[in-house]
Amino acid sequence: MMRHLISAADLTRDDAVLILDTAEEMARVADRPIKKLPTLRGRTVVNLFFEDSTRTRISFEAAEKRLSADVINFTAKGSSVSKGESLKDTAQTLEAMGVDAVVIRHGASGAPFRLATSGWIDAAVINAGDGTHQHPTQALLDAFTLRRRLVGPDAGLGQDLAGRRVTIVGDILHSRVARSNVDLLHTLGAHVTLVAPPTLVPVGVENWPCEVSYSLDKVLDRSDAVMMLRVQRERMNAAYFPTEREYARRYGLDGERMAKMPADAIVMHPGPMVRGMEITAEVADSPRCTVVEQVTNGVSVRMAVLYLLLGGNEPAVAQNRSAPASEENHAS
Amino acid sequence: MTAHTKTLIRGARLLGGEPQDVLIDGETVAAVGTGLDAEGARVIEAGGLVLLPGLVDLHTHLREPGREDSETVLTGTRAAAAGGYTAVHAMANTFPVADTAGVVEQVWRLGKESGYCDVQPVGAVTVGLEGKHLAELGAMHDSAANVRVFSDDGKCVDDAVIMRRALEYVKAFDGVVAQHAQEPRLTEGAQMNEGVVSAELGLGGWPAVAEESIIARDVLLAAHVGSRVHICHLSTAGSVEIVRWAKSKGWNVTAEVTPHHLLLTDELVRTYNPVYKVNPPLRTEADVLALRAALADGTIDCVATDHAPHPHEDKDCEWPAAAMGMVGLETALSVVQQTMVDTGLLDWAGVADRMSLRPAAISGIAGQGRPVAAGEPANLTLVDPDYRGDVDPAGFASRSRNTPYEGRELPGRVTHTFLRGRATVVDGKLA
Repeated sequence: MMRHLISAADLTRDDAVLILDTAEEMARVADRPIKKLPTLRGRTVVNLFFEDSTRTRISFEAAEKRLSADVINFTAKGSSVSKGESLKDTAQTLEAMGVDAVVIRHGASGAPFRLATSGWIDAAVINAGDGTHQHPTQALLDAFTLRRRLVGPDAGLGQDLAGRRVTIVGDILHSRVARSNVDLLHTLGAHVTLVAPPTLVPVGVENWPCEVSYSLDKVLDRSDAVMMLRVQRERMNAAYFPTEREYARRYGLDGERMAKMPADAIVMHPGPMVRGMEITAEVADSPRCTVVEQVTNGVSVRMAVLYLLLGGNEPAVAQNRSAPASEENHAS
Repeated sequence: MTAHTKTLIRGARLLGGEPQDVLIDGETVAAVGTGLDAEGARVIEAGGLVLLPGLVDLHTHLREPGREDSETVLTGTRAAAAGGYTAVHAMANTFPVADTAGVVEQVWRLGKESGYCDVQPVGAVTVGLEGKHLAELGAMHDSAANVRVFSDDGKCVDDAVIMRRALEYVKAFDGVVAQHAQEPRLTEGAQMNEGVVSAELGLGGWPAVAEESIIARDVLLAAHVGSRVHICHLSTAGSVEIVRWAKSKGWNVTAEVTPHHLLLTDELVRTYNPVYKVNPPLRTEADVLALRAALADGTIDCVATDHAPHPHEDKDCEWPAAAMGMVGLETALSVVQQTMVDTGLLDWAGVADRMSLRPAAISGIAGQGRPVAAGEPANLTLVDPDYRGDVDPAGFASRSRNTPYEGRELPGRVTHTFLRGRATVVDGKLA
C-alpha cells in the first residue's frame, strides 16, 4: 500500500480491490451499536480544508473518529491563511504539532501532490479534492457503491467491476469527480462513457480511457449506472450552455429518461444535487438513486483508506473484532 | 580602467571555424588573423574555444525599479555577462512601469553604472501596460535611453485599434512593437498548455490558438499599415506557420523563441513544480521540434531569453499560486548548443546570427551584434563547447534561482566575455 492517496490513477487494481474489501469490513462496524474501532488510537489526523466543504469534511471526520484517531479540523476561513500564510507554512505548523496524516481539500489542482512530494512535511497526505484534478475517495466510494449494488456486498469481495457500464453525465471539464472516476473505474475493468455538451468536455479528453458522447439518450439503454454530476448555474454565464432549461432538457435526468435505463441500473450523484437542473426530484427520490447510500459508503471507504495508509501491516478489522487484544500486540 | 590595454585571444575557433587570433586594442578589435604579435598584450590561450560576437538579448526582465528582491540592473547584467551577453533589452513591466522618459532613463543610467553589459530599455506601448492609451513613445525615443523597441510584455496589446496605432506611430522613428501574443479572453485563468496533459492535471488551459490568433491579426495589421512587428517568445507550431506565411508575403515580421521552448515540454508540469510555470507555457514535443526547425531555417529570427527572475517564495507553493517565468540568461547558450548545435540544426555561425547579429538588427542597438572583424567594437564571447556540467543555481549571478534546469546536465560554458574590450568574465568567473 502506498503512503499517500493523491490520485485515483495511482491505484492498481489490487490496491483498489483491497480498499473496497476493507471498506466492506468497515461497513459492518457501522451496523454495530458501538461504531468504533481502536485502530488509530493515539494517531492524529488533521482535516485541512482550504475550500468550503460540508459533506466531505464531515465524512472524513466521522471515519477518523470511528477509528479512534485524534482529529483536528482546520478551515482556511478566519485562519492564518487569510492573513497570507502559505500552504507550506500552514502544513509545517500543523506537522510541528505532531500530525500523522493530513486530509487536504484545496482549490488548487496539484496542491496535495505538492504537499506530499516537496519535502515540506513527512505526514501521510490524503487528497480530499484538489481543484479540478482529483477526488480519489469519492471515486472509491462510487466504486464501492457500484460493486455493492451491481455485484453484492458479499459476492463482491475480491471482485472488480469488469464489464460494467458506467455513464458519467455533466460538467466533465470542471469535475475532479469525473477525472477520478474515469481513472478508477477503468482500472477496475468498467467501461466508462462521459456525456456532456462539447463545451464541458476538456480538450485532451481523447487520451482518457473512456468514450465520450454528446447525447444522453443514446447511451441510457446501455448503462448499468448513470452518474449525474452537479452543474453550477454560473457556467451558463461563461457561455458553456445557453440556459438552465436547455441544459436540463438535453442532459438532465428525468423519470422518462430513467425509464429507458435497464431495469436494475442505478442512478448515482456525488452531491450536492441541483434538483431541476441535472436531476429531477422524481429521479432523486426514487429507490434507484443511491445518493444517500453513497454518503454512508463514503464513511466506510474513508475508514478503509485511513486504516490502510496509517495502520500499516496491523491486522485487518475482522481479526480486531474477534480478538481485540491482538491489536495491541501487533501495533508497531 | 583607463589604461590602454591589449588582449590577444590566441587560436580560438572564430564562429566555430578554423583557429584564428583576435587582437583587442582598447575598445575595438584591432586585428583578426593567424600568428598575430602578442607583444604588450595579455594572452588568452583559446585553443578549442569558440569565439562569438557578444550575445544580445531582446527580452530580459531586470525587475528594477520595483522588484529588487528578485533582480536588480546590477545583478541582472552580471548574470547576462556570465551567460555571454554584452547587451540586454530590459522589459517595461517594472514598478513603476517603464512608460515614461523618466523611468527608461533611470534604467538606462543604472545599466551604464553596472558596467557588465549594455542595457537598452524597452518602453511600454500603453500607459501602465493597460492597453488603453498609448504611452509617450516619442518621448521615450527622444530620451537618453533612445528607445526603439516597445512592448507591453506580460500583457498583450489586445485592442486591435491600439495595436494598429502603435505600429503606425513608431514608424516616425523606426521603432518596432514587440507583441506578447495572448488573447486575454481565451486565457482567463490559464495555467498551462491546453491539451492532453492539462486535461489530466485539471489545470486551466492556455490554448495555442490564443497565441496564434493574435499573431495572425498582428502580421495582417503590420502589412496593412506597412509597419514592422516583432513577435515575442513564439511557442507553437501554428505560430511558426503564420510567421512563415507572413514572411513569404514579404511583410516586415520578426520573431523570437526562448531557450526553454526549444527544450522543455508540458509533460514536466506533471510534477506540479511551479519552476516549470512560464508564460507562454511549455508546449508539446511537436511544438518544440517545429520551433527548432523554424529557428534553423530563419523563420524565427532569434533566441531571446525572457529571463524572468522570481523570489523563492513565489515558486515554493502550489502551482496556481506561483508566479510565471524562469531565469534564463546564464543557461541560454548551453540550451541553444544542446538543442540546435549538438543536433546539427545550426552551426556556430548560425548561433552568432540568431543570438547576436539578428537581435541587434531588430532592435537597432548601436555597436552590438557586429561581425568579429578589425575596427569593430570588441564585444566578444568565448565558449568552451566541450564542457559538460550540471546546472547549479547556487552559482548563479542572478539574484533569483528559478531555473528549470537545476541538476540537469547541459553542454558548453562561457569562459570569457568582453564588453568593448574589457573582460566582464574571465575563466568562467565574473571579473
